[in-house]
Amino acid sequence: MTEPKSFEDALASLEAKVEELARGDVPLDRALAAFEEGLALYRQCHEMLDTAEQRVTKLVAATDGLREEPFPVT
Amino acid sequence: MGTVTVSSDADARAPKALTVTELSRLLRDTLRSNPLLTRVLVRGELSDVSRTPNGHWFFSLRDAGAQIPCALFREAAEGLGFEPDDGMEVLASGDVELYSRRGEVQLVVRALTPAGVGAFWASFQRTRKKLEAEGLFDAVRKRPLPTFPRRIGVVTSEAGAVLHDIVTVLRRRFPLAEVVLSPALVQGPDSPASLRDALVRVQDRVDLVLVARGGGSLEDLEAFNDEALARAIASCPVPVVSAVGHETDVTIADFVADMRAPTPSAAAELVSPDVDDLSSQIASLGGTLVGSLRNALRERRTGLAASGRRLSPQALRREIQSTRERLARGGADLLDTMHRQLKEGRDGLSSVAGRLDAVSPFATLRRGYAIAEHDDGRLVTRIEDASVGDPLLIRLQDGRLHVHVDDKEEDP
Repeated sequence: MTEPKSFEDALASLEAKVEELARGDVPLDRALAAFEEGLALYRQCHEMLDTAEQRVTKLVAATDGLREEPFPVT
Repeated sequence: MGTVTVSSDADARAPKALTVTELSRLLRDTLRSNPLLTRVLVRGELSDVSRTPNGHWFFSLRDAGAQIPCALFREAAEGLGFEPDDGMEVLASGDVELYSRRGEVQLVVRALTPAGVGAFWASFQRTRKKLEAEGLFDAVRKRPLPTFPRRIGVVTSEAGAVLHDIVTVLRRRFPLAEVVLSPALVQGPDSPASLRDALVRVQDRVDLVLVARGGGSLEDLEAFNDEALARAIASCPVPVVSAVGHETDVTIADFVADMRAPTPSAAAELVSPDVDDLSSQIASLGGTLVGSLRNALRERRTGLAASGRRLSPQALRREIQSTRERLARGGADLLDTMHRQLKEGRDGLSSVAGRLDAVSPFATLRRGYAIAEHDDGRLVTRIEDASVGDPLLIRLQDGRLHVHVDDKEEDP
């Protein structure tokens, strides 16, 4: 399984795994696989929240269009 | 005092009397021919304001030393955008004319606008009515905000507290989102165009835009009543949240935005989920995951034990044994890991209890149902999932059947 890029995707995938496992029609092999994938997503979601640091950039006009520059906000 | 004799045979040198109408015309023509009296602009205070049933307005314009009667006819009054009232300071433009029936000089007003604070209000109302009539404020136009914005555009002043307030809230609630400042002038004559440009520059790079400004006087907030800015907000491809001034200030931008926030900090709250809520949600999902698997394993184990006692062909025993081992290996490891994770996590399993009875796939089998699958594991839940001749695997509570599809019959 490829790792979802955004928090939103990771959370949605986790929800999907939980639903899949809670449904009555999943064979055991797949129940185990769903659990494993769900576990990975669970870790990923927590990690994303724990390590996130707000990035603030400022849009500035450059010769080749617009550029986003880091903008410190204290 | 001399005597004037008027007789039917008065001689030619006697002064010729004007009729009243002639005098009136003379006055009228004199007024009309004087360029200083056409298209005059007068500032003064309204008094004796009255409106006729057919839509004409009559009033006087006055100042400390003089007053002039005025008429504002229906056609000119139509685009007024405000309600004239006694005491209101106004600018009136029009032509000085003679109202011959009364012999009064009056100003026929072609355009009337409030002066001072009233002027601001009048232009506000005009823009509001116009855009409202075009449907730009309609509730159906309002777009929902994204639940998890990845990038949030902020159109505001580079200096000042507004950006700081927004970032402070977002840092606490949802640090996952990136903030992209698109700097703009937020007051002065160039600010409407600057705000518009800043919005257009950032709108394709973000999931939503905050248009924000701190508190100020009515005039300070005027840029946010600009019609062109309102149109830019309306045509922005992503949702726009307005947060201008204090809670009591309302601007055109507020009407046209997808959502209005009372202050910039409140806007930041509106657009962001709370990281603590999210953590609880994830912990709860993790708990449900564990609960469902645990249930499934328990049901399966019970089922296997029962069938093991009932039937005892060697092959089935081996099958049972291998399944058991697989469960023990995979399931137990995973459960251990999960429990550790949850203990370390924020909310543990406490929220899970209520959902532990989640339906397990194996409980269904024990009730006498079967699951049909292809050999690659695809479930057969509908008639079109299988074709005649397909080999299928039928899972029962205590084993599997390998079968072929002989025929298909769809329910009517």
